[in-house]
Amino acid sequence: MAHHHIVEIRGLVKRFPMGGNHFTALKGIDLDIEIGEFTGLVGPSGSGKTTLLNIIGGLDAPSEGTLTVLDMALAEKNHKELAALRRHGIGFIFQTFNLLPVYSAYENVELPLLLLGLPADKRKAAVMHALERVGLTDKAQSRPAQLSGGESQRVAIARAIVKEPRLVLADEPTANLDAANSHNVMGILARLNRELSTSFIFATHDEKVMGYLTRVLHLVDGTIQREELVEHPQFLEKV
Amino acid sequence: MIQFFVKGVIRDRSRSLFSFIVVTLGVFLAVIFRGFMAGVFDDMMRQSAIMQTGHVKVATRAYAEEADLMPNDLAILEVDSLITALEQHYPALFWTPRITFAGLLDVPDAQGETRKQGAMMGVAIDFFSESTRQIELWDLNNKLTSGNLPRTPEEVLLGNEFARRLEVEIGDVVTFIGGTMYGGFASYNFTVAGTVSLGVGAFDRNILMVDLEGARQALDMENAASFVMGFYQDMFYDDPGSVILSARFNDAHSAEENDVFGPVMHALRDQQNLGAMVDLSGQVLWLIIGIFMFAVTVVLWNLGLMNGLRRYGEIGVRLAMGETKTHVFGTMLIESLIIGMAGTVVGTAMGLLLVLYLQEVGLDYSALMENYAIPVSTVMRGKITPDLYVIGVVPGIFATLIGTMLAGRGIYKRELSQLFKELET
Ligand SMILES: Nc1ncnc2c1ncn2[C@@H]1O[C@H](COP(=O)(O)OP(=O)(O)OP(=O)(O)O)[C@@H](O)[C@H]1O
Ligand SMILES: [Mg+2]
Repeated sequence: MAHHHIVEIRGLVKRFPMGGNHFTALKGIDLDIEIGEFTGLVGPSGSGKTTLLNIIGGLDAPSEGTLTVLDMALAEKNHKELAALRRHGIGFIFQTFNLLPVYSAYENVELPLLLLGLPADKRKAAVMHALERVGLTDKAQSRPAQLSGGESQRVAIARAIVKEPRLVLADEPTANLDAANSHNVMGILARLNRELSTSFIFATHDEKVMGYLTRVLHLVDGTIQREELVEHPQFLEKV
Repeated sequence: MIQFFVKGVIRDRSRSLFSFIVVTLGVFLAVIFRGFMAGVFDDMMRQSAIMQTGHVKVATRAYAEEADLMPNDLAILEVDSLITALEQHYPALFWTPRITFAGLLDVPDAQGETRKQGAMMGVAIDFFSESTRQIELWDLNNKLTSGNLPRTPEEVLLGNEFARRLEVEIGDVVTFIGGTMYGGFASYNFTVAGTVSLGVGAFDRNILMVDLEGARQALDMENAASFVMGFYQDMFYDDPGSVILSARFNDAHSAEENDVFGPVMHALRDQQNLGAMVDLSGQVLWLIIGIFMFAVTVVLWNLGLMNGLRRYGEIGVRLAMGETKTHVFGTMLIESLIIGMAGTVVGTAMGLLLVLYLQEVGLDYSALMENYAIPVSTVMRGKITPDLYVIGVVPGIFATLIGTMLAGRGIYKRELSQLFKELET
């Protein structure tokens, strides 16, 4: 049923070379993610959350197992094809917002569209729409240094969703934000999930984030120990 | 797209400025270094050309073989018709006869007895003909230290050291004692019109300058000359050109090959080992390009590495957004190309200005050299050569690109996820 599964993982193992030996960070992961899910990888530090997210995003290659993302089997793809997959289908949100400091908020959000080769008028409409979604149209011309942490992460969200990707990967998106901003950001993401049916995968150990997730995968020591489906997430009602 | 990254270069001054300064400085130094060296070589070659070799020189085969001995008994005859023919065949050059001769200069006292005497070097140039450029080339108006230029064939200039040693005053009569072209005894009276300081020690200590006509009378050399010199009209020595020219002339006169009095032409490079200097001047160009190319490459490589570290965040994000490594690398090259071009233009302009100043005004360091009796000119000169306009391109643009490429290799070598690790810290 590849069509409903935006991510399909079978027997995924990831080993990192360590000295002459190696360290196994992921020890056999099987996982399906369906279109429109709002999922989180949750677990203690070092459990392999970031590693798994990177592999799903094509930033790192698995040592064993198969992996299909957005109907593309990643194992036999080269760098260029993986870059194209990310360019068209995947948005990233980072813990450290990673805005490009010399460009305005507007220009930061515009960059993914430039990479897609969109014409100027389409870019402009899409950028303004994305900034509207995160409530920052009035900060379009500000540089990252002039933005607060919350505002910066909202620009980063606009940048991730401006091309309306089918999948967004967010690694600890609230780790550098206070409670109010964390809720603000998660609210925006939940709304986007609902309105655009974009699928989200989070990596987090933040209780506030967990309060929005409809599916929680508990990762311990490189394996998915258990998973929970949440019918009424604690905070989602208020969005 | 490119616009986007150009914006980045211009806005991120802290990132671009230092590279820009390095490029500008590298290019600037390369240009002035080259301009200065060209000036030094040009000065040396110009002096040799004017004083001794011409850009090309025509003498008899026999004279050419023993030129060091100044054997005027082997002088070239029928000079007027030879010059007419040369002017006709080689209009790119102008031609002038020269007589060099040696002997004694005797300074008599009131009774006609020898008061002072010294070995002299005679140089007879064309002072008086309408088209002569010798006074301009020797820069005699400026080098005159007392008196005035000769107004008759009997008037002469003495090197100022020479005049001091002989204790002669302007207006004094001096007697040349030597041999005629035919091997006879020569004794001829000249009047001292002025003294000169040519800036070349050997000359200033024993030169006597006289018009051709005066020398011809003293040496019995009617319509003869030691040799005939040819100079390019713009006074710029064209090395390959003059070699070809000489070969052509010598071909045309090959029938007279067995005639020791037949004419033979030599380019500047074929006289007095000046060829080695001409070649060196060409090699210095490449040496300078090489040195600055290397220096700028190494500095920019390291700058690029430092900038690269600062920019891992940016690079990581762009790769995550789906830019290919090749594209990221390409935009880095474009950025450095912009900086390289800007630095090259500014560095070249600054360098050219300084060289132009050295060329037109010169930097007189004689005050520093007061205590040294070195027989070279004490004015630092530069020369604008055509290669100065492009010499900066190599260290400015090529080195910038290579430095960036070396620094940017890290993008390819590193695993993507590794770039992210560095991004998060
Ligand atoms: N490039 C690497 N080389 C060696 N070991 C690595 C590498 N990347 C990750 N690891 C190891 O793999 C394990 C999982 O790392 P990962 O970054 O996925 O953890 P995480 O769950 O995201 O932790 P955190 O919550 O602290 O972000 C860790 O023990 C880490 O040390
Ligand atoms: Mg992590």
